[in-house]
Amino acid sequence: MKALYNYLKEVAFAFVSLANGLLLTLKYFVTPWKSIITENYPDNRANPSVADEFAGEVILIHDENNEHKCTACTLCQLACPNNSIQIISKQVETEDGKKKKVLDKWVYHLEMCTFCKQCIDACPQDAIKMTNSYELSCFDRSTLTKILNQPGSKLKEKPKVTAKVQE
Amino acid sequence: MIQFSDVLAWIHQLLSSCMAPWLVFLIELVVASVAAVVALLVCVIIMVYMERKVAGHMQLRHGPNRVGWHGVCQLFADIIKLLLKECFTPTRADKLLFVVAPVLSLCVSLLALAPISWGPGLVLWNTNIGVLFVTAISSMGVIGILMAGWSSNNKYALMGAMRSGAQIVSYELSAGLSIVAIVALAGTLNTGGIIESQANGWWILKGHLPAFFAFIIYIIASTAECNRAPFDLAEAESELTAGYHTEYSGMQFGIFYLNEYINMGVVSMVASTLFLGGWQPFYLPFDFGWAHAFNDIMALKFMETWPAWISWVSLAWPLVWFFGKLFLIIFFMMWFRWTFPRLRIDQLLKLEWKYLLPLSIVNLVIIALIVVLGLHF
Repeated sequence: MKALYNYLKEVAFAFVSLANGLLLTLKYFVTPWKSIITENYPDNRANPSVADEFAGEVILIHDENNEHKCTACTLCQLACPNNSIQIISKQVETEDGKKKKVLDKWVYHLEMCTFCKQCIDACPQDAIKMTNSYELSCFDRSTLTKILNQPGSKLKEKPKVTAKVQE
Repeated sequence: MIQFSDVLAWIHQLLSSCMAPWLVFLIELVVASVAAVVALLVCVIIMVYMERKVAGHMQLRHGPNRVGWHGVCQLFADIIKLLLKECFTPTRADKLLFVVAPVLSLCVSLLALAPISWGPGLVLWNTNIGVLFVTAISSMGVIGILMAGWSSNNKYALMGAMRSGAQIVSYELSAGLSIVAIVALAGTLNTGGIIESQANGWWILKGHLPAFFAFIIYIIASTAECNRAPFDLAEAESELTAGYHTEYSGMQFGIFYLNEYINMGVVSMVASTLFLGGWQPFYLPFDFGWAHAFNDIMALKFMETWPAWISWVSLAWPLVWFFGKLFLIIFFMMWFRWTFPRLRIDQLLKLEWKYLLPLSIVNLVIIALIVVLGLHF
């Protein structure tokens, strides 16, 4: 008797849970103006709602003095799972005669990028970020290889650490 | 009031007056079957568009909205695309069976149309074994599926066909038992007779709860029989193809696709004939004055004193009910498809053999008791 009761209870609860799902989709079906979340992309190019978290292409952040924060440490290049980043650095001599490695070209292969954000996580300087641009398609494959550092840009010098003055 | 039988008799007389009897018979045969197939094809066109719109809205999308007004011409664009595609046969496939399989399954689906009553007196083959014929023929659809899978020279197609076959054969049982329940209530296998027996209320109301359970079991089983979600486990996950027709392309694939929708139409017609009164309007099975008044309004009794041309318009009234019920049941099947997740093969067979079949047998026993004791309205 217990077994029969459990059997029937199982059937009844199955129907209740199915009805829950059916009611939800019926709600979506009868109120399409509320529930449809599709962006009418080609029709509405002007102001589509793109989430801030949406990961588009990688950019190197430049400030108003055309300075970036990349020290060419290549950690992003190492973190990238499919080699879409190439950091080309060069040796320069500073005023006090020291040799220093600085960024020459920050090469980004957009066609290979999987938008995984691992380069962003790996960067110790917070020099790069991902924009939420979504119109990345183009007719020529070669335009997808980008050099991210702007011409004439240079490393942003960190403010000199000064000893705390005792009051 | 003009009935369809009057119109048909008038056409028959008109033809007989100017032709030999065998020619009249031939012309009537061809015209009737072409009319039925065209009506069904129009239903299929509406169904395909409806499915894509329903799917879109239930999945928070728009559905087709590019070709024509709200995408209504999308289906015609698809048909043109399918017609332009090449139909090719895999190497070392069984060529004859490969070509015959889609045609065979289409024939089987169309054969099941023969005894269906579309309106009062509007039936292709008025036979006293109508429902039996439909169940017998619709279970033959599995032959086309197995043939397609076997002849494809592809082990995935064969496996898909076997899974579909196992599913169709097992769900045939509970669908058949719920059909038997209504046949027991109506006391006839003739589809016209079953519909006539609902002139004072549909069986889903007159047969109390067991008839309602039989309806639910029939809907579940026929959804599975049509190979539709949530029972479409032959469907490939990332493609638009379903196991047994993996190797088909162009219009051969199109025929399988068409066949799925024709099958849906046929099972919905059977469901509406058996449970929802076919072309009968909604009648109340009670013996009160207001119920009789309601039934008279539903039967358009008040139109009898109106001018004659209005009775021509009222000829469409049973068709409105018939196709309304058809599309209501089809909407239910689409609603299931876009709500429920797909079942695994063991869950699917468990549902049939552990739940649906025992429940429908118990249900049939209760219905038999109702019939014997005369408890139905």
